[in-house]
Amino acid sequence: MMVIWIVLPLALVIVSAAVWGYVWASRSGQFDDTTTPAMRAVFDDER
Amino acid sequence: MSIGPTRVPPGDAALVPDTAGTSCTHCGLAVAPRDVRAGEPAQFCCAGCRTAHEIITAAGLGRYYEFDERRREAVVPASADHAAFDHPTFHELYVTHGPGGTSTVQLHLEGVHCASCVWLVERIPLVLDGVLRAELDVTRALATVTWDAARVPLSRIAANLEALGYRPHPFRGLKAEAMRQAEDRAMLVNIGVSGAIATNVMLLAIALYSGFTSRAGTLEPVFETGFRWLSLVLTAVSVAWPGRVFFRTAFQALRQRTVHVDVPIALALGAGFVRGAMNTVTDSGPIYLDGVALLIFLLLVGRFFQQRAQRAAVDSTELLHSLAPASAHLVDGDAERDVPAEALLPGMVVAVRANETIPADGTVRSGVSVVDLSLLTGESRPEPVAPGDLVYAGTLNLGAPLTVHVERAGEATRVGTLLREVAAGAARRAPTVAYANRVGGWFVWLVLALAAITYVVWRQLDPAHALDAAIAFLVVTCPCALALGTPLAITVAIGRAAKQGILVKGGDALERLATPGTIVLDKTGTLTQGRMALAAWQGDDDARALALALERETAHPIAAAFVAAWPGLAAPPARDVEHVLGGGVRGTVDGHRVIVGSPRFVLGEGVAVPDWVTAPLPDAALTPVLIAVDGAAVARAGIGDPLRPEAAAAVRALERRGWRVRVLSGDDPAVVRRVGAQLGLADGDVQGGVTPERKLAVIEALARTEEPVVMVGDGVNDAAAIARASVGVGVKGGAEACMAAADVFLSAPGLVPLVQLVDGSARTLRTIRRCLWVSLFYNLIGAVLAMTGLINPMLAAILMPISSVSVVLAAWKSRTFDAPEVRA
Repeated sequence: MMVIWIVLPLALVIVSAAVWGYVWASRSGQFDDTTTPAMRAVFDDER
Repeated sequence: MSIGPTRVPPGDAALVPDTAGTSCTHCGLAVAPRDVRAGEPAQFCCAGCRTAHEIITAAGLGRYYEFDERRREAVVPASADHAAFDHPTFHELYVTHGPGGTSTVQLHLEGVHCASCVWLVERIPLVLDGVLRAELDVTRALATVTWDAARVPLSRIAANLEALGYRPHPFRGLKAEAMRQAEDRAMLVNIGVSGAIATNVMLLAIALYSGFTSRAGTLEPVFETGFRWLSLVLTAVSVAWPGRVFFRTAFQALRQRTVHVDVPIALALGAGFVRGAMNTVTDSGPIYLDGVALLIFLLLVGRFFQQRAQRAAVDSTELLHSLAPASAHLVDGDAERDVPAEALLPGMVVAVRANETIPADGTVRSGVSVVDLSLLTGESRPEPVAPGDLVYAGTLNLGAPLTVHVERAGEATRVGTLLREVAAGAARRAPTVAYANRVGGWFVWLVLALAAITYVVWRQLDPAHALDAAIAFLVVTCPCALALGTPLAITVAIGRAAKQGILVKGGDALERLATPGTIVLDKTGTLTQGRMALAAWQGDDDARALALALERETAHPIAAAFVAAWPGLAAPPARDVEHVLGGGVRGTVDGHRVIVGSPRFVLGEGVAVPDWVTAPLPDAALTPVLIAVDGAAVARAGIGDPLRPEAAAAVRALERRGWRVRVLSGDDPAVVRRVGAQLGLADGDVQGGVTPERKLAVIEALARTEEPVVMVGDGVNDAAAIARASVGVGVKGGAEACMAAADVFLSAPGLVPLVQLVDGSARTLRTIRRCLWVSLFYNLIGAVLAMTGLINPMLAAILMPISSVSVVLAAWKSRTFDAPEVRA
């Protein structure tokens, strides 16, 4: 069971990385408009 | 929405579903037979659509026509040019400057619907050289345009947007925008962080609980201690970062000596965490940390719903707020140039064309016209104006062009003063005592008292467990479902109401509307259509065609009533048409000499008048119009602003539900009395000739004795009263100020939505009560278990999510605004 002492910190590191990414995305305005970018994605091909 | 893989040439009529005759290549509406141009591949319903199509194809954007979903609306460009967009004052107010000489502006666009609009608006840089970037937020109809001011003026960008059918308005909420963005982002961060921590602490808790329950004791002590410490560290982050909002509001409430639901929340979070920390350090007893972490997450989600509900309504009124007359035609020597209305100063002279809103208070210098004062005073009959007369900002010039000498501009105008009243009224409104907060009030004291009792009783029985029992009680009775259920029920109700065309700005309005009180209705535009219509006709029917022939040549609202009354009637052409302002119109039709106008004017022409023509009209509220043919009066028409067909039924429906209905109008008292009689209201409940200032006073007097007082109106004259009433309701077609002041905006015409609103509010309050009972029921179970010492942390951890989920379901399944069941 000593593997927990490796897995647990590893899990914490992964979670903090995900949380950090989410916080960055929120703060840089990625979730400000959740409708228009989905429409834009459909026709971005020609620009 | 999809774009076809093959390129179809633009202008191919086959792209547009064609059911009846030819349809417009641009908007898909039917093309009138006289507008069909034989032999052309592209057909248009109007010049606006033709221009839009030309711009689109010239810029190589023909792919626009490959969208399945496009706006089905003809392009109607305004006659106004866009010079005001280039004025220094406009730039000072709305434009920000970036590096390299670029400028950025946010514009509200009318008519933005779907993906094809996003595509087209964002391709403006391809249409106009010098536009660097255009981005559209489709839900808020807000476009951010960046351009190089040296290469293209903003007025050309605005003109192009207009030509494509998206009328631009400067976005006036610029200052609030940064704050709102910061608030939204902070909320998302808090929810994300608390959610991640809650799930991880719960994972640890599962391990701990399985270790507790299993007889074999599968969890080794070293892991148990480790997991408890890890839970503590993670929960500490959650309490100190996302959880701090609860401590802040609870602290504020205590400082103002009030109780708030956040007080027991903060207490439960604080006590649970502190005791959990102590038990972790001493390695004894339950830790409750999973409960604390989960609570923070669920409570934040509840708060998120609350914020969303308020936002949605603010968004929908934001656009209305931007629609005020933005520009004025300044007369400068012989030339006229467009300036923003904000740049006007006393002493300037402005030109006001027909059908334009007057931008400032002033005296008429030249021109004779009629002015529609209904938005400012509620007067339904247009007022004639001549040089020397006073005109007011916000009123509509209906007749001929005027030049106006500005005396008061901006905030100093009569409208501006009323608007300040509106702001003051909104601020003066009694602090909202929402139902949940009221319940929360006694709930807080009850919880605190019972926690104290638990502690004292357990101290006698088993001093070692007294503190744990009290804390278990606090955690288990934390009003999580209460804080989650109420905002969710309101959010759901607001969302469903919006689908019915009822835009609600705040949940407290719904709560106040749930109990019957007094409803005060404005007349012009609320009970009536707000425009003139032909209501009575006496005399020779053959004179109808002759009268119509003359009235077709006139822009007066009374003439419009004739034109609207007989849409199918063929009228011969009229010659030698002469308008006499404030009197009527005369001309030759089919060889006959025809005069149509007020009795005074027609009698003054020396025509023969039979007795029945001079007798009063059967309906005293109507304005008489005489029709004379070849020197004799042959017919008489009664013109008035008719009641909406459903008005009487709606008033009865409201009365059946226990509301007292009153009418308060700025219109002529005789007209208002007549309307009251038609609605079956007592004479004392109907008041005419009321100034805007008096309306406010009446509402204030009513509000002192009755609760709630609901004011329903559409004009600037109602705005101050709407802001002061317990609930202000604005109706479709109303003035901007009125929208800003109202708590609820009915975007569907008529009074049926008002009945729907009242019914939906009552159902919403019932749903909220149901949620409260459900959550109180679970709290009761938890409280009994905690007080008797039967609770253990695992039971609490199971009970809490179950109570939240059942409350969420109860709120979600509510049929608040679903069924529009309005019977006459």
